[in-house]
Amino acid sequence: MSDVVVVDYGAGNTRSVRAALRRLGHASVVSSDTSAIREADFVVLPGVGSARSAMQHLDDTGASNALRQRFSEGRSTLGICLGMQLAMETSEEDGGVKGLGLLEGDVVRLSEGRVPRLGWSIVKPWGQAYYFAHSYAVRSNDTVANVEGVTVAVRRESFLGVQFHPEKSGPAGLEFLDQCLSLV
Amino acid sequence: MPLARLIPCLDVAHGRVVKGVSFVGLRDVGDPVELAELYSDGGADELVLLDITATPEESATMTSVVERVADVLTIPFTVGGGVRSVDDASRLIESGADRVSLNSAALADPSLITKIASRFGSQAVVVAIDAGADVVYTHGGRVATTTATVPWAVEACERGAGEILLTSIRQDGQRSGYDLALTVAVRNAVTIPVIASGGAGSARHVAEALRVTDAALVASIVHENPTGLAGLRREIEALGIELRPLEETHG
Repeated sequence: MSDVVVVDYGAGNTRSVRAALRRLGHASVVSSDTSAIREADFVVLPGVGSARSAMQHLDDTGASNALRQRFSEGRSTLGICLGMQLAMETSEEDGGVKGLGLLEGDVVRLSEGRVPRLGWSIVKPWGQAYYFAHSYAVRSNDTVANVEGVTVAVRRESFLGVQFHPEKSGPAGLEFLDQCLSLV
Repeated sequence: MPLARLIPCLDVAHGRVVKGVSFVGLRDVGDPVELAELYSDGGADELVLLDITATPEESATMTSVVERVADVLTIPFTVGGGVRSVDDASRLIESGADRVSLNSAALADPSLITKIASRFGSQAVVVAIDAGADVVYTHGGRVATTTATVPWAVEACERGAGEILLTSIRQDGQRSGYDLALTVAVRNAVTIPVIASGGAGSARHVAEALRVTDAALVASIVHENPTGLAGLRREIEALGIELRPLEETHG
């Protein structure tokens, strides 16, 4: 399986995601092309930047609808950090932003501890530590893992979202990515 | 709260990692990509790459280092030195840096913190503070400003910084322990995490810092023995600090 598209939304660090995929033997392209996003075997919606400018870019390029279509057709998408947050209905970031609405739920600013939350936390279901760097968090009925009450993974049908950065989480992160890709 | 972080810092000049005391007698200690991988394998939680030449002429060299490091590293890294504009930050982040560190440019124009944070998020902006007894210093700790340390940290936080990298210029290079009182004073004044820097000479020093703050920067203590990082981690853990569990690297 080599058909991996990393969605380009004009900000952020797609290089590290691609490097991690390459290590796992997967070629990938960075694209905002609607048919490439709709048809790819596997899409990564990466995450750095602000919610408003990311959604603006996704809407302007038509990538938003392409992501909704591939979701409705059951093709796999992995959302990382902001990429997971964008899949929700709304976010309170930047004064309120409408998301892709793939999953029911919203995104709120972290209220506990030091914000941004920076560093490694052990995610119980998988027994490994992963790297987090975020100021906002998801609230959803589709939560499949949480750390200290903060949602760190959501899943609904063909969409999996993680708050941590598997591409920045050492061998444990690579193994996680590999497992995601092997499900396709 | 996340686990305590141990962060080796690599000083980079002309595309090579160098070592020296207060910019004097710089010595080539290796290739940044090789050392970054070595530290990553040894259990570094993050890395900092500091361009100590920080001249516009060198920026292309540093960009190339950042790209090469990003292609091999699977842990986050921050790049500092010579970040003077949103464009500088964009160039480094697009080259693969997770975060940029601002120092004198932020002092000269604090609005730069907000501009970079609103584009890339607060988590991408580290403000480095070289602190004396009361005031902030520039030029590698040689020039005192009139800016008081704690209020500057608070302002940086309010303007959108995601972390403070706090170096004690009194302790830096002394290997007699971090300035814990300074670290606590700054950390208590801000709501963002604080990395203690300057003075690590032993695992005990690092453990002392990690008891009072979120992360500790280490430099000479690891550069003298780059393969000893895993051992240093075990010593710190033996002193009661919980670090991230390392698993065996997959072949």
